[in-house]
Amino acid sequence: MFWPVAIDIKYKDVENMPDKYIDVCFFNGGIRNSEQEHMAKLLRQKSKTLVAYGACAHLGGVPGLANITNRKEIFEKVYNGTFSTDNPNKISPKTKVNVREGELELPEFYDTVRTLDQTVDVDYYVPGCPPAVERTLFAVDAIAKGELPPKGSVLAPLKSVCDECPRKKENKKISKIYRVYEKVPEPEKCLLEQGILCMGPATRGGCGARCLKADMPCTGCGGPCPNSPEQGAAMVSALASILGLEEEKEKYSEEEVEKLISQIKDPLGTFYMYALPASILRRRVMRE
Amino acid sequence: MKKVVIDPITRLEGHGKISIFLNESGEVENAYFQVPELRGFERFCIGRKAEDMPLLTTRICGVCPVAHHFAGTKALDAAFNVEPPSAAKKLRELMYVGYYIYDHTLHFYYLGGPDFVVGPDAPPEKRNVIGVIEKAGLEIGKEVIKHRAYGQRITELIGGKATHPVCGLPGGISKPLSEENRQEIEKMAESSVEFARFTLKLFHDIVLGNSKYVDLIKSDAYTLKTYYMGLVDKNNRVNFYDGKVRVVDPNGNEFVKFTPKDYLDNVAEHVEEWTYVKFPYLKKVGWKGFVDGVNSGAYRVGPLGRLNASDGMATPLAQEEYEFMYKTLGGKPVHSTLAFHWARLIELLYAAERTVELSKDPEVTSTSVRNPPGEPGEGVGIVEACRGTLIHHYVLDKEALIKDVNLIVATINNYPAICMSVRDAAKGLIHGGNVNEGLLNMVEMAFRAYDPCFGCASHFAVGQMPLIIEIYNHEKKILKTVQR
Repeated sequence: MFWPVAIDIKYKDVENMPDKYIDVCFFNGGIRNSEQEHMAKLLRQKSKTLVAYGACAHLGGVPGLANITNRKEIFEKVYNGTFSTDNPNKISPKTKVNVREGELELPEFYDTVRTLDQTVDVDYYVPGCPPAVERTLFAVDAIAKGELPPKGSVLAPLKSVCDECPRKKENKKISKIYRVYEKVPEPEKCLLEQGILCMGPATRGGCGARCLKADMPCTGCGGPCPNSPEQGAAMVSALASILGLEEEKEKYSEEEVEKLISQIKDPLGTFYMYALPASILRRRVMRE
Repeated sequence: MKKVVIDPITRLEGHGKISIFLNESGEVENAYFQVPELRGFERFCIGRKAEDMPLLTTRICGVCPVAHHFAGTKALDAAFNVEPPSAAKKLRELMYVGYYIYDHTLHFYYLGGPDFVVGPDAPPEKRNVIGVIEKAGLEIGKEVIKHRAYGQRITELIGGKATHPVCGLPGGISKPLSEENRQEIEKMAESSVEFARFTLKLFHDIVLGNSKYVDLIKSDAYTLKTYYMGLVDKNNRVNFYDGKVRVVDPNGNEFVKFTPKDYLDNVAEHVEEWTYVKFPYLKKVGWKGFVDGVNSGAYRVGPLGRLNASDGMATPLAQEEYEFMYKTLGGKPVHSTLAFHWARLIELLYAAERTVELSKDPEVTSTSVRNPPGEPGEGVGIVEACRGTLIHHYVLDKEALIKDVNLIVATINNYPAICMSVRDAAKGLIHGGNVNEGLLNMVEMAFRAYDPCFGCASHFAVGQMPLIIEIYNHEKKILKTVQR
């Protein structure tokens, strides 16, 4: 068992293991610094099966939203730009620092958050933030029985969150989009058809639509559905089919389209809350 | 000079690294506790929808997501200038005290408790939850697992989803609580009171019943005379969810009491180059470096911080235990770092009692759980995370997108003190270059008492890293490698 939060296990023990000694390794977290990269490579080498466990390892996760920025901007904000920071000499952490008694080292903070499979070869993925209990049980059970799907599979049903959602759909068009705090939804009806943006159509299920049961929309932690791997694009296409003016028209003017679309605030954060590093967008373009 | 590196420290959430420098006679010259991770939430949350903040910030940490969820939600209440209905506030608090049951149980039985229950110099393979179960009995193990699950279940019933809940909205919560679910919570809460009492008894028997442990708690190596901070209700009793922030000085006198929106008058953060985490301090006292005492702005938060900063607990059994602790340890404030463990269990009992109170309150099944928000503006939300005072501050633009964010996260309030505690423990325990297994664990005990969560502190995910100790001479050559 490799669970250092609860058990005193030794790094050297892992290094001293023969290759492929660990049967299964569930790896949490994305890769954003040199130490995490080192750990990912070491555990890949020592494990027969490597599972990207949870949205961060699978898709980059919420911290992957940092790919809209870079190290320089993050350092400027955190160490110089927040309301409570008092840093008259404008210093920030360094990978090697000489203190009075000797030298201290820190891992290198990268510009870009990467998923686990952008760093090492990954065998399986357990989606979700956090993975639903039933997803973890399914993965452990499949591994124990040796009944695993082909390498590279996401260990979740093929259906979407929408397919699992108990709310009723009436195939209604919407013309106005509401923020979650602007509208108390009717309890049993589809949130999207009530104008509340819900990532359910573009998100892989296997979670039991748990957020929907709390009257809150899906925000996409399960990642894309198997047949449309670009989650944001899938959501835009789902919206295109439901968003429209009250009176149906064959063709909308550019202004009308613009007005409809401009209701979607922060499309990047909305469509890629968990999946920016894994998407075709991957990160903001950097020019030095 | 020799350098001992403990990297990374096991049995804490998140990831830290201790470097201890020995001089030529083998005495400790200094120690550094580095946090090697950062995520940059303050930057990448800019431009996001304000209502997403309670979701985004729960991902700062897998240990205290509920605290981030409600600090964020309360910051949104303030930013949208809306007061939630009374039932919504009670439901938030109910979910919140449920999370304390989960989290404090986790710490005592899995993270910090093994040091005492199994013993600080027990072999490392025994110093874990399994060792605790071996010593305290298999039945206890079942109870521990059951009551941790109760805390998670309460989050799920009110928050929609365990670990990363989704219910928080400016002006309330997304869904009322059904009578059936309320009854389930009441049952779990009553069982949790018994569990907390049992846990305190275990602590009394094993720790207080052993004079070696009591001497260790009271020893200089584990003593730090600092300011203390925590949220209090109008009677200055500990409150986890709401109230004013009270600070007492190292003599126990009230130094300041402020409302959340005034936090910037009272707290500032210092930067060092050798760690990714900043060092908060009391602005009115100032940053004086890694020293304690009345002239240093270093303060402590978390269980002992809250108990020291308050005049008592708001529930009867917890109050009794509160009085007993101060009587036993020689009055207020208690400066012993290891007393965090005792304070944590007193809070576990309070959390369980408060869960019972709230779950029996007829108002918690009210369907009035949302008030309409006003215009977007600026807001500060403060809650007490298990590990201490947690501050979220958001500035919204006119479309309610995030224009600016500041986060002062529970554990980092303790960061200056943790650095001092680790250094002082190392100085008190390591002599003549004698660096053995038990001693190093006792150095680690100094920070484990704080239940530090450097996942939170650095706003970075749990680094699943084990431990290595390397000893360097002054020419930076490895003299030997010690494994824990």
